[in-house]
Amino acid sequence: MIVDFERFVAAESPYWAALETMLSTCEKDAGKSLAVPEVKELHYLYQRASSDLVRLKGFPNEPRVRARLEALVARAYAEIHEVRGRSRRLKPVQWVTLTFPTTFRRRRSAFSLVVAATLAGVLFGAFAIWLDPDAKTIVLPFQHLSGNPSERVAYEEGRTDDPVGEMAPMFSARLMTHNIRVTIFAMALGVTLGVGTLILLFFNGIILGAVVCDYVLAGETAFVAGWLLPHGAVEIPAILVGGQAGLVLGKALLGSGDSTPVSLRVRAVADDVLTLVIGAALFLVWAGIIEAFFSQYHEPVLPYWIKITFGSIEILALSLYLSLAGRKDRHA
Amino acid sequence: MLKKITASLDILTPEGVAFSLPLAGPFLRFLAWVIDFACVSSIVMLLGACVNLISPILPRLSATMSILVYFCATMGYGMLLEWFWRGQTIGKRMLGLRVADDHGLRLKFSQIALRNLLRAVDALPFLYATGGTACVCSRHHQRLGDYAAGTVVIRHVNEPAADLTAVQPGKFNSFRAYPSLEARLRQRVSPQEAGLALQALMRREEFEPEARTRLFGEFAAYYRKLAPFPEEATFALTDEQYMRNVVETLFRPRSAAAAPATRGLSSSQSALLVPPPPEK
Repeated sequence: MIVDFERFVAAESPYWAALETMLSTCEKDAGKSLAVPEVKELHYLYQRASSDLVRLKGFPNEPRVRARLEALVARAYAEIHEVRGRSRRLKPVQWVTLTFPTTFRRRRSAFSLVVAATLAGVLFGAFAIWLDPDAKTIVLPFQHLSGNPSERVAYEEGRTDDPVGEMAPMFSARLMTHNIRVTIFAMALGVTLGVGTLILLFFNGIILGAVVCDYVLAGETAFVAGWLLPHGAVEIPAILVGGQAGLVLGKALLGSGDSTPVSLRVRAVADDVLTLVIGAALFLVWAGIIEAFFSQYHEPVLPYWIKITFGSIEILALSLYLSLAGRKDRHA
Repeated sequence: MLKKITASLDILTPEGVAFSLPLAGPFLRFLAWVIDFACVSSIVMLLGACVNLISPILPRLSATMSILVYFCATMGYGMLLEWFWRGQTIGKRMLGLRVADDHGLRLKFSQIALRNLLRAVDALPFLYATGGTACVCSRHHQRLGDYAAGTVVIRHVNEPAADLTAVQPGKFNSFRAYPSLEARLRQRVSPQEAGLALQALMRREEFEPEARTRLFGEFAAYYRKLAPFPEEATFALTDEQYMRNVVETLFRPRSAAAAPATRGLSSSQSALLVPPPPEK
C-alpha cells in the first residue's frame, strides 16, 4: 500500500526514467543486441515498473502517473516478451537465393491447390470454347480477344509499323502495376478463408484456357505460344504464387485441426505470406518488361521459334530456381 | 458502477500485471483514413507535377514515371509511414492513433505490410464498406486487414486533470487536517467510484432538488462508511459538502506526481539503480 504518494513517485521516477531511456534505445535500433548486463537491467526495471503499476492500481486517482506507467510497462512488455526474430536489415541476395525459394517450397501444398484451381479453369474455358464457339463473347469479354484469331494473326504479321514503339515503357509500367495489383488482390482474398482466391484463379484459368483453345482451334498454335510464352512463363506462376500466399493466409485463418488461437496462427504465417507476395511482385516486374518489349513482336520481325525457346528457357530456369535454390544451405 | 462504453485491449503479462490499451473506434479510424487519403492525393499530385516537368523533353518517360509514382505512393504510403513512425501515418498521428500488435508485442514489418495490402479487400465495394463493417462488428474494432495481420489501432488518451474549481470554489477542506485518513480514502476508492462522484458534483445543478438531496445522501453514506473521518472534520457538513471534500481529496493534484524526478540518467547512473546480481 502507498501511504505517501509524493515520496513514492519521487523514489520511483528515476527507475521509470531509466527504463524509458533503455526502451528508446532498443526501439530506435531494431537490430541491436543487448549485452547480458543490459538485459538484466532492462528486466529488473520492467519488473520494478510492473510492480509500481500494481501498487498504483490500488491508488486510482492519479490518472497521469498511471497512464505514464501503463505506457511504459506496455513498451517494456513488447520488448521483453517478443520471441519472434527482430527485424534485421534487408539482405537482398540472401532473400533471393534462400528466403523466397525455401518459403515457396515450405508452402508447396498451397501452390499445388492454386495450380489445380487454375488448371480446372483452363480446362473449363477450353471446353466451353470448343463446345460452343459462340460463347466466346461471354467467356472473353475483351475487345482485342473477341475477334477472329486468324484475322488478328494476319494483321499482326502484316504490320510494318512498330506495334508498341515509344509507348513500350508506359505499356510496361501499366502491365506491371496492374498485374501486381491483381496478385495482391489474389493474396488479400485469402481472408475469405481462401475461397475468394480460388475463385479468382479459376476465372483467370477460364480466360487463359479459352484464349489458347480459340487460337489452337483456328490453327494458330505457333502464334499463341510465341505470344503468351515469353511473358506468361513468369507472369502466370507469379499470380499463382500470389494465390499461394492467399491460401496460406486462408488456411491460417481457418485453422482446421489446429487449436492454436487464430491470432497466433496468422502471426506465424505473416512473414511467409509477405515473402511470397514480394517474390510474385518481382516476377511481375520482369514479366511486364518482357510483355511490352518482346511479346508484342511477331513474325517476320521475331520468329516464333525464338520466342517459344525463350519462354521455355524461362519456365525451366524458374522451375530450377524454385525447386533447387537454397537447398544446399543447412538452414533451408 | 460505470458501463464500459469504449473498447480496450486488455493484456495480462506473465508476471500478473494487467494493463489496457484504449482502442480507436470506427469513426475515429474513418477520420484518420480521410486525412490519409487527402495526404496521398496531395503526394501524388505533387510528385506528378514534378514528373511533368520533364514532360516537354521526355514525354514517354514522364508518362511512365507518372504511372509508377501513383502506384508506389498509393501502395507505399501506409507501409512506410507506419514502419518508420512506429504504427502511425499522418492521419493517425493527427488524431492520436497508432497501430499496435494485438498481443501488445513489438510490431513487425510483415504485420504492417499485410494490413496495408489487405486494404484491397477492405476497400470493397466502395469507401471501405467491407473494412468498416468488420470494424463495427469486431470486438477490437479490427478491419479484415487488422484481423489477418494481428494488429489493432489504439488511441492515446490524455487524461485531463479534474477541474476542481467547479466543485470546490475557494472552500476550505476540513479533511486536509488528516493526511493519513485522506491517504486511506484515496486508497480505498476505485477510479470508477471517484469518477462517478466527480461527475455527480459537476452536474449537480441539473438535478431536481429532491433527487439532488437523495443522491448526495446516498453518496455521503457510502463514503462515510468506506473511510470515516472524525467528527471534528465532518461537523455541520451537509452531504453535498461532504462529497465536495471527498472529491477534492481524491483529485487534488500533487506537484511531485506531475513532474518526473529524473530523466535521461547516464548509463553509469542507471546501472547503480539495479541491485547487484545474487552471488552464487
